[in-house]
Amino acid sequence: MSKTLKGITLKGSAELVAEFFSFGINSILYQRGIYPAETFTRVTQYDMSLQLTTDAKLKNYLTNVISQLKEWLFDCTVQKLVVVITCLETNEVLERWQFDLECDKTFFLPDQCKYESIQEEIRSVIRQITATVTFLPLLETACAFDLLIYTDKDLEVPEQWEESGPQLIDQSEEVRLRSFTTTIHKVNSMVAYKRTNST
Amino acid sequence: MSHFGFENDVHNVLRLDMPITNAPMARWQRKASTSSSTSTNSLSPNRSVNSSVSLSKTPSKTPGKNSKTQNTPSKAGGDRFIPTRNNKQLDVASFLISKENEPVEETTSSTPNQKAWSVTLNGYDIEEAKILHLGGKPLNAPEGYQNNLKVLYSQVPTPVSIKKSRYISSVPERILDAPDIKNDFYLNLMDWGRQNLLAVGLTSHVYLWDAGAGDIVLLKKMEDDSEYICSVSWSKDGNFLAIGTSDCKVELWDVQYQKRLRSMDGHLARVSCLCWNDHILSSGSRSGLIHQHDVRLADHHIFTFGGHTQEVCGLTWSPDGKYLASGGNDNMVYIWPVTTGSEYQAIHALNEHQGAVKALAWCPWQPNILASGGGTSDRHIRIWNANSGSCISALDACSQVSSLVFAPNYKELVSGHGFAHDKVIIWKYPSLSKVAELEGHEDRVLNLALSPDGSTVASVAADETIRLWKSFEKDAVKKPKRPPPLKAKPSNFFFLFQFLHI
Repeated sequence: MSKTLKGITLKGSAELVAEFFSFGINSILYQRGIYPAETFTRVTQYDMSLQLTTDAKLKNYLTNVISQLKEWLFDCTVQKLVVVITCLETNEVLERWQFDLECDKTFFLPDQCKYESIQEEIRSVIRQITATVTFLPLLETACAFDLLIYTDKDLEVPEQWEESGPQLIDQSEEVRLRSFTTTIHKVNSMVAYKRTNST
Repeated sequence: MSHFGFENDVHNVLRLDMPITNAPMARWQRKASTSSSTSTNSLSPNRSVNSSVSLSKTPSKTPGKNSKTQNTPSKAGGDRFIPTRNNKQLDVASFLISKENEPVEETTSSTPNQKAWSVTLNGYDIEEAKILHLGGKPLNAPEGYQNNLKVLYSQVPTPVSIKKSRYISSVPERILDAPDIKNDFYLNLMDWGRQNLLAVGLTSHVYLWDAGAGDIVLLKKMEDDSEYICSVSWSKDGNFLAIGTSDCKVELWDVQYQKRLRSMDGHLARVSCLCWNDHILSSGSRSGLIHQHDVRLADHHIFTFGGHTQEVCGLTWSPDGKYLASGGNDNMVYIWPVTTGSEYQAIHALNEHQGAVKALAWCPWQPNILASGGGTSDRHIRIWNANSGSCISALDACSQVSSLVFAPNYKELVSGHGFAHDKVIIWKYPSLSKVAELEGHEDRVLNLALSPDGSTVASVAADETIRLWKSFEKDAVKKPKRPPPLKAKPSNFFFLFQFLHI
């Protein structure tokens, strides 16, 4: 589906980014094996096949987060989105996927913005996420995940949302991944994982 | 009243906006006052400091006494109730308390250092952002879910691909008695026929043991007790037994009727090995000659293979009937073609063995593969390509190899050994890795024979026992459909013999 937009609005950009996050988080959950592979189905998005979860609870949770995220994107109050993967038993943080958001509040309607180029960039980021499985250490224990959103300090905390710590990894290896931009929002991605003792 | 003094002191101290009267000046106040260069004020607190220090050192068991002796107002707040107050603590305490009265400095922005530290420690700038996450019950993968990516992505071969090795019993399924068996390396005294009959030559007797029913039949007894059985061999269909004797004769017996059909001579020495190829019976003797007999003809002796210089002890036709392999006491292995016309030259002469080659076996599932085993001085098992005559592999078995048998059920090679360990060893083919060692025989293993269904290998040894090792049992489900056993009367031979009065 090739939308040729005259320009992109803040709302449209927020939707694009939120959509990207929804698929990105699903991909991470699938690739890292946090959830059984059988609970995912294939969908086509960004001209490639991606995995989406069918687990009802998980879907609900993700929808909540993403919709809230969309609002915040629209307000440009969100700074980062982090997917934290922790070991279920020890609560130790094993992996941390960090997506930095830069919001250009002084937006205007540029003519040269094309949906395809944004899609292309998003595609390459998601492909990179898939490719990270080659160097990320295997998650051998059962894992849980959490989504953290870094917002502006003075933001009103909605219901059901709590404050939390950054959940950093001590002794981490970081790999910076590609970024994409919709000229209003810029998303930088990186993954940090716990350095394993074995080479 | 003086006892209210303490209470007042405490009240004053606690009332934050009142300056402290009783306590000595705080250090900063002293510093301020010294800088303004007043002498007496500064000195007295110092003196009082010193004196109170000395005060605190003395144990005060009678506080009342102490307070009475030093009752100067410049003292460090000592009174009846609290005789000594540690000046230093009071210093700090009053400083801290009075400090609160001072207006707090507005720190508009922390120093760059502090900010950097804060960012590093927290991972983000606390001033700028806060972290939120959606509360609620944690979402976990269903219980019992194991992350199976390790199986997908690890390089170690997964357990699924490795077949579980079967259980090979270390004890024989059955032990049969074989008394009086001749402990002669060069003889071939045991064979297992297609009709599931095991034929054993015990000195001058030939016994048949029915592996299915378990009964024993004495087939033949030599007339002359000084003569002995040298070799036994079943025909392909298992109805005829060829017996080679020490009086240079080859006898042919019909097992169903337990009748001797014919006796073929021509050999000059004892017939130590026999092998069938449909209607051709090959016999090797101590003379080193191999005779080919066509059992249908009256003039049975059709060819002679010469080549061995010493006793021929191993003789075996390939499953496709193209080649005859013979091994002798001269350490040679010859491969002869099936004779067409007048060609009876050996195709290959293999001389790599250093000992007598009695153990010979053709691979039933791979064409042109011959396995040979050498005697005490050689101890090697060699695999040959019969087409090219090249040795594919050699394996040191550390013991005299007396017999070789290929077991097709699991694609293995079984070897029977004599000196030194008297074991029966199962090797994986073609890797020649040891699968199992079957121990039990107390003396050297002389011969091996495989059952018609391939599940059991029988070994006869000089300890006068035959041990049956059921090591190759296939699952009942997977058993291939066996062709029905040939029970039809072989009319050709029988009537021919009748006619020829042999």
